[in-house]
Amino acid sequence: MAAVTRLSLLVLLLVGALVAPAFAQDGERIRGQLTAEGEGVPDVTITVSLDGEPVGTGVSDAEGEWFVDLPGPATYEVTIDVDTLPEGVQLRNPDRTTLEIRVGEGATATALFALGEREEVGPILLQRIAQNTVNGLKFGLIIGMTAIGLSLIFGTTGLINFAHGDMVSMGAFIAFFFNAVLGLHLILSALIAVIVGAVIAGAIDRGIWHPLRRRRVGLISMLVVSIGLAFVIRHVILFYFGGSRRPYRDYTLQTGIELGPIRLQPVEMWVMGLSVVILIAVALMLTRTKLGKGMRAVADNRDLAESSGINVERVVLSVWILGGGLATIGGIFLGMIESVDYLMGFRLLLLMFAGVILGGLGTAYGAMLGSLLVGLVSELSTVWFSSQVKYVWALAVLIIILLVRPQGLLGQKERIG
Amino acid sequence: MGTVIFFDALRTAIGPTAAAYALLAVGLNMHFGYTGLLNFGQVGFMLVGAYGVAITVATFGGPLWLGVLVGIAGAVVLALILGIPTLRLRADYLAITTIAAAEILRFITRTSGSEPVTGGVFGLRQFAGGFYALNPIPPGSYLGPLSISHGRLWTMIVGWGLVAVFTLLLWALMRSPWGRIIRSIREDEDAARSLGKNVFYYKMQSLVLGGVIGAVGGAVFAVSLQTVQPDTFLPQVTFFAFAILILGGTATWIGPIIGALIFWFVIAGMQSALRRLSDAGQLPEFFGSQAVGATTLTFVGLLLMLLMIFRPQGMFGNKREMQLDVK
Repeated sequence: MAAVTRLSLLVLLLVGALVAPAFAQDGERIRGQLTAEGEGVPDVTITVSLDGEPVGTGVSDAEGEWFVDLPGPATYEVTIDVDTLPEGVQLRNPDRTTLEIRVGEGATATALFALGEREEVGPILLQRIAQNTVNGLKFGLIIGMTAIGLSLIFGTTGLINFAHGDMVSMGAFIAFFFNAVLGLHLILSALIAVIVGAVIAGAIDRGIWHPLRRRRVGLISMLVVSIGLAFVIRHVILFYFGGSRRPYRDYTLQTGIELGPIRLQPVEMWVMGLSVVILIAVALMLTRTKLGKGMRAVADNRDLAESSGINVERVVLSVWILGGGLATIGGIFLGMIESVDYLMGFRLLLLMFAGVILGGLGTAYGAMLGSLLVGLVSELSTVWFSSQVKYVWALAVLIIILLVRPQGLLGQKERIG
Repeated sequence: MGTVIFFDALRTAIGPTAAAYALLAVGLNMHFGYTGLLNFGQVGFMLVGAYGVAITVATFGGPLWLGVLVGIAGAVVLALILGIPTLRLRADYLAITTIAAAEILRFITRTSGSEPVTGGVFGLRQFAGGFYALNPIPPGSYLGPLSISHGRLWTMIVGWGLVAVFTLLLWALMRSPWGRIIRSIREDEDAARSLGKNVFYYKMQSLVLGGVIGAVGGAVFAVSLQTVQPDTFLPQVTFFAFAILILGGTATWIGPIIGALIFWFVIAGMQSALRRLSDAGQLPEFFGSQAVGATTLTFVGLLLMLLMIFRPQGMFGNKREMQLDVK
């Protein structure tokens, strides 16, 4: 393989060697589990502070479990962020948002927050539909941003990039490294991460895919190679950052703002607004610039594009760089509204597939449209069904669309046969 | 320490888990190797086979043989549901649909709503008693330094016996007229179609057969572990099976067996070595159990990439059989 890949892998390993010791898991820890009606309550932020100074934050996982590693034995204040509790879940005693917990040498202490019944208030159904629609749009915008790259890579090279989800996690963790480990502000970390993510994606194309295309390796073989690459990225992240969910350092403890029937944190509004701006910018880039037109031309008909003088390999490289940058932004946004963990991208990958196929494989606008619908379907399903199976509905949409209209909403028929 | 690691590795390589993975790979060989179907959801068939046994016996109190039949029937139904929408489309659509379907099955088995039947995230246990009651091997420790218990030896014999049976079945099928049509579909679907063969029909038969073999692998897996939990059926299991198949040699009868032996020997050897080094304090402090797992899985990823790039035919394969492409 080319030197570039080796170099980028080396950089990853070196960066990791600096990080890993920071996350050694022996020592003091506070943990707990949040449950309501026997089900775990995920994505709740809990802050641990010592004498008013925050020392760490934890986010509960799908089972409601969370933990925070501590700098040493002491009495800590453990605060639950009630705004991150899902709709209708409240503390049984609303005044007990902060607990004092004494942690001995090398011990793991447990902090228990008792959650009460899900209280249904007001004209609940309409309100929940409104809130979930907004959540669905928020989620769909993020899926869409990451899915454009997946779709354009497929369109220009025919490769279904199974490593795309892990490029999302990689981007989120590059930002996490600069933000939480080196202590830079999240905005600065995000800007650096986007550049690094885009460069790594370009290096992956030059180092792995370009040589394979030159050797005329079959597409199925390349697909299996992309799975191998996904494994490598995912587990290098696991090796250096561990398997738990971690929040970024900035914009985590925000109060939701009521907007009529819905409630949103400012960070969520920013994420949604920026996503819309970025998606419009990408759409303009694709229609107005020479490079963007080249991308669409190659995606539409590679041979025709090549014979009309477009440098196809350069266009493909730009698609990878664009896709890598967008995947990184998507990963950071997802990390900002939820948390980062090494499987976040893989979970997103299947939803990206659903969005891309729903919209039409190989089209950029189809990817945006399909992803928004997938986001809406999965979030709106929680109004009527358990949130544990919300992805099932999105994946079911994928299978139904293949039955009814396999080319997708905006796809062309000859692509599929 | 070297001999200890060697015996650790050998114990896993010939163990029942390796046999279960060999069955998954035999099924994938039917799909991917012979027919050119890209099934990325083999773990879904495995889940159906494992839960078929566990639910029938542990939840409903039925006999074990019925559980195996339920698992096989479930695999047939799953193959039909997956095949009808996707087998007429390009190979990569099947890939995405199967991986999605396997995840749907895992999500559904682990929700609290299905806990009365599947046991939710806790899974099910106490369903394998009927199998161990049939064990004809007298209690004791076998195979010298490997010190394998009589129960484990019994599952190994049955597991590898099933691998032999299905390997033989595929070997015979691939030499029949049916097998020639299957392979001609892989080589050139349109040519097969223009000879008047119903390509969809043959692909569906291949999907069902390979899926059933995967389900039998799932049953072996469940019985040998004596417990099922939804989160053991992650998508990566399918990719382990792919690594095994490609390592041994795609579209060869011996490939899945050799692949499973070598794959598990290397993986178990690596894990044992890393763990022992870590316990002996010879690795950096942060190299905990999570890092051992992560290192091994990174290695699997590299193995898959390098094999596919430099030796796609695996150890015993014929390069001419591995020129698959999306048509």
